[in-house]
Amino acid sequence: MGFTFTEIMPAWPEIFLACAAMGLLVLGVFMKTGAARSISWLSVLALVATGILEIVVVPDGGRVHIFNQLFVADVFTTFVKCLILGASAVGIIMSLGYNDREDIARFEFPILILLATLGMMMMVSAADLISLYVGLELQSLSLYVIAAFRRDSVKSSEAGLKYFVLGALASGMLLYGSSMIYGFSGSTNFLQLAKVLDADASAGIIVGLVFVMVGLAFKISAFPFHMWTPDVYEGAPTPVTAFFAAAPKMAAMALFISVLVGPFGNLVAQWQQVLVLIAIGSMLLGGFAAITQSNIKRLLAYSSIGNMGYALIGLSAGTKDGYSAVLIYMSIYLVMTVGAFAVVLCMRREGRMVEEVKDLAGLSKTQPAMAALMALFMFSMAGIPPLAGFFGKFYVFLAAIEAKLYILAIIGVLASVVAAYYYLRIVMTMYFTEPVEDLDRNVGPELSTIQAIAGAFVLFFILFAEPVVQMTNQAIASLTSG
Amino acid sequence: MYVAAVFLPLLGAIIAGLFGRAIGDRASQLVTCGLMAVSAVFGCVIFYVVALQGLDKPLIIPVFEWISVGDLKVNWSLQFDTLSAVMVFVVTVVSCLIHIYSIGYMHHDPGIPRFFAYLSLFTFSMLMLVTADNIVQMFFGWEGVGVCSYLLIGFWHHRESANAASIKAFVVNRVGDFGFALGIFGLFAMFGSVEFVNLLADGAGAEALKKTYQIAGYSIAGQDALNIVCILLFVGAMGKSAQLLLHTWLPDAMEGPTPVSALIHAATMVTAGVFMVTRMSPLFEYAPIALAVVTVVGASTALFAATIGLVQTDIKRVIAYSTCSQLGYMFFAIGVSAYPAAIFHLMTHAFFKALLFLGAGSVIHGMSDEQDMRKMGGIWRKMKVTYTMMWIGSLALAGIGIPLTIIGFAGFFSKDTIIESAFAAHTGWGEYAFWLGIVAAFMTAFYSWRLLFMTFHGKTRASSDTFSHVHESPPIMLIPLMGLALGAIFAGALMVDLFVGDKFKEFWGGAIFILETNKALEHAHHVPMWVKFSAIAVGVGGITVAVFYYLLIPSLPALTARVFRPLYVFFLNKWYFDELFNFLFVRPAFMFGRFFWKKGDVATIDGLGPDGIAATALRSSRLVAALQTGFVYHYAFSIMIGAVALISLYLLGVMR
Repeated sequence: MGFTFTEIMPAWPEIFLACAAMGLLVLGVFMKTGAARSISWLSVLALVATGILEIVVVPDGGRVHIFNQLFVADVFTTFVKCLILGASAVGIIMSLGYNDREDIARFEFPILILLATLGMMMMVSAADLISLYVGLELQSLSLYVIAAFRRDSVKSSEAGLKYFVLGALASGMLLYGSSMIYGFSGSTNFLQLAKVLDADASAGIIVGLVFVMVGLAFKISAFPFHMWTPDVYEGAPTPVTAFFAAAPKMAAMALFISVLVGPFGNLVAQWQQVLVLIAIGSMLLGGFAAITQSNIKRLLAYSSIGNMGYALIGLSAGTKDGYSAVLIYMSIYLVMTVGAFAVVLCMRREGRMVEEVKDLAGLSKTQPAMAALMALFMFSMAGIPPLAGFFGKFYVFLAAIEAKLYILAIIGVLASVVAAYYYLRIVMTMYFTEPVEDLDRNVGPELSTIQAIAGAFVLFFILFAEPVVQMTNQAIASLTSG
Repeated sequence: MYVAAVFLPLLGAIIAGLFGRAIGDRASQLVTCGLMAVSAVFGCVIFYVVALQGLDKPLIIPVFEWISVGDLKVNWSLQFDTLSAVMVFVVTVVSCLIHIYSIGYMHHDPGIPRFFAYLSLFTFSMLMLVTADNIVQMFFGWEGVGVCSYLLIGFWHHRESANAASIKAFVVNRVGDFGFALGIFGLFAMFGSVEFVNLLADGAGAEALKKTYQIAGYSIAGQDALNIVCILLFVGAMGKSAQLLLHTWLPDAMEGPTPVSALIHAATMVTAGVFMVTRMSPLFEYAPIALAVVTVVGASTALFAATIGLVQTDIKRVIAYSTCSQLGYMFFAIGVSAYPAAIFHLMTHAFFKALLFLGAGSVIHGMSDEQDMRKMGGIWRKMKVTYTMMWIGSLALAGIGIPLTIIGFAGFFSKDTIIESAFAAHTGWGEYAFWLGIVAAFMTAFYSWRLLFMTFHGKTRASSDTFSHVHESPPIMLIPLMGLALGAIFAGALMVDLFVGDKFKEFWGGAIFILETNKALEHAHHVPMWVKFSAIAVGVGGITVAVFYYLLIPSLPALTARVFRPLYVFFLNKWYFDELFNFLFVRPAFMFGRFFWKKGDVATIDGLGPDGIAATALRSSRLVAALQTGFVYHYAFSIMIGAVALISLYLLGVMR
């Protein structure tokens, strides 16, 4: 079956990115010294270009299916992909200085990120269980590699290996679930499934759905499939951790939405129950487990587990407002996380990375600007108004209340109190303890710029909250239009 | 002009308080004193226009609406009638003189702008209190002066005793204010209004007597209700005016700088209670029981405080107890319906007591901050002006003058009028007040001269170092003293006819209401001769005894103290009121506090609440962290368990 070039226009960005990645790979091989830096910037350029292309080809309203209904594009996918592309670009930029200093600067690194990004875009646009799996695996395989990118470090290798083994298990479960769904419904296509499945689906379908959800929950590191997260976050090189915490989470969450809302939209009563449990578990675990963490990367790992729980609140509400709240939450989370990791990347002393919370002691005296920004991110994550994080939580709780999920909302609020403790502990360490030793100051302009932009976003989100909400509403409207 | 007189001190307070650091000490002093001086000039003009020339009806100047909730409407507005004009006059003039005096007294203090800001803020609050046209605004001023008093007593906040004293003043005043607030609620419940126009209108009190009130399910006869409300209001006055039982804070308040003692704790704030009860005279007149209470408390305070004054050795404390005693005089004057006499004494007292305090301040200043009279003596040659001023103040306080003429110091006229009114009331309580007043007058004269002799005469008991440094105060401190001395000498003779003469009702207009049947003040002029001479006689007697005790036979005081040892110790320890209150209230309060803190809060609420939850959180955190073993097969196991659990929950139907 043939396609004309214009017919497949919604897939242009993906095609462009794939070509760019391969082109840069070839280029990197031929370049001799300094390849890593130039290839990195070219990769950033490629990501930006892909983003622009994405905005150019976005269908006006409605959904467009191509490649025999394997691939879908609409405002929702565009919105999510733009966020992913941005997060990936920032991820590459953040890694530049680190990789140089740690002597692991290789041109394969940005290319792996490009490929992972491509996988994520495929996931988001998947309209069939098969294309979903292919996208997911492209992403995952790239991520396994960069987790272990620092080959000479035992921790890094261990992180990559653990991620790979457990990821393979989760992929297997997802695949197993897909096969059950196919067996009981006769189709892997989302549109077909949506037509076939109704509220009283057979047990086989439900079991298959639960398996698929387990696979997806693993990717967003929700309880009880989160165990890999702290170990991988701690072991992987810090910029990789930053990247892990941002783009793949966004992609997996978007996939979660589109799978549950699209083919299994009629089974909302069934998956809602599962999601509520996962959300509660994630929030509580994220809150309590982080209290005793002293390694800031581990702490942020638990923080991201908790944050996924909050995002799932919006999803389990099962309403348009809820889905929209998830998108808002994830966008804000993305920025806060990137900002926080940009600070963590600045934590080096005499040229070596330090990762303990106590290394931040007295930062307000030695580097007041950075301490203020970190405090801003922490307050925002704790959900203190008028910072961005407050709005994220506000919208998901609002959606839960409107969906009459009162217990879920109450537990969410209580868990956020627990979480506030460890966020504020970081602020306290920075502001109320005496500095032990100075952190190095030459952090490079990229990191400070990223911190400043993220800080401005967190601080001034209140001013442009309305347009963002409208954008997410539009995205969700196009997703649910059929 | 009227508004300016009240608000200029506020302006000064704001400038000195907020920008004092920026504009410096000198500028802060100039601004506050300058504005205060303008305000004082306006105060004099107001006194002339409103009180001397007289107005047909009270002048009410609305400023803006304050509260409007349901039936409750309260405005900010200023009311000027004779009563408030007298008060504005006294407050602005005395305050102005004390502002100027403070420039000299506080010149070495690091917190000058703050001090002047507080002084001006106090003056504003006091003016707000006396010009209020409703009782809520009066309460605002009442609390305002309370706060300023607190701030100024604790002005030297690095001194522990000053902090303790300021807290004590605040807490004791709270007790009184509680009564006052209850009184206000009662008034609103009875009259449905807080405006003086309605509360104090002609016949409002008489109306109230006829009604029966339903309050909190109880029905209360009008007479009882009025008595209760008036007694509650008087409890407020007792707190602020340091009457018996609620007096304990006033002597301790002497921890504040001396100008503060003069302005707040002698001349103005402590008289707020007297003013308030006088303002409410149209109600008190219909509440005979309340009046009797006022009489007894006032007379008892007059005597009680005088007895303590006899034996104190701190120069400021002697004057403080004297203030307490004089306030007692004012109250029993009110109790026998001689309100004009009370206000008259309030005014003269403001002058001579401020004079005494500032004189004492001058002595303390000259003696390198020594306040103990036992370490003074023989300094009169070195501070002749201060010495003269103290004499004038003491003569005025003791009420020296020649009966039946208009020759006499200010206190002579006002105090005699009060004592005569008490006698002329011809009631049992009046009789009680009269005799106590006479005894107290004797003691007043005695302790005043005891103070003079111990401080200025005899061989010095100061260290030779201190004594050689004794010096007269600078002119900036002496000139205000002279201004007050003029008041202490002439205020009585000049005003006696206006305030309490035969035509006093015309002077006061509608500001003071006295029932036709209560004629104590009218009859005061026609008391038997022996009554007229009794006060001056005991006064002179007191001075004579003091001369014997402290000039001629210096061994007598010690002998007397030995012979009447129990009495002496009793007086010296201020009738053990502090100890009694400590035992009755403070210690039980601390005990309760400690109980609720240790057992209630820490053990129960914290234990089960925050601390318990926090401990649980920590435990669960450790537990979860322990699950994180680092072994891949554990992690894989958790994934499998999770999947199995979710599916079984679903299949078992739990999730339906």
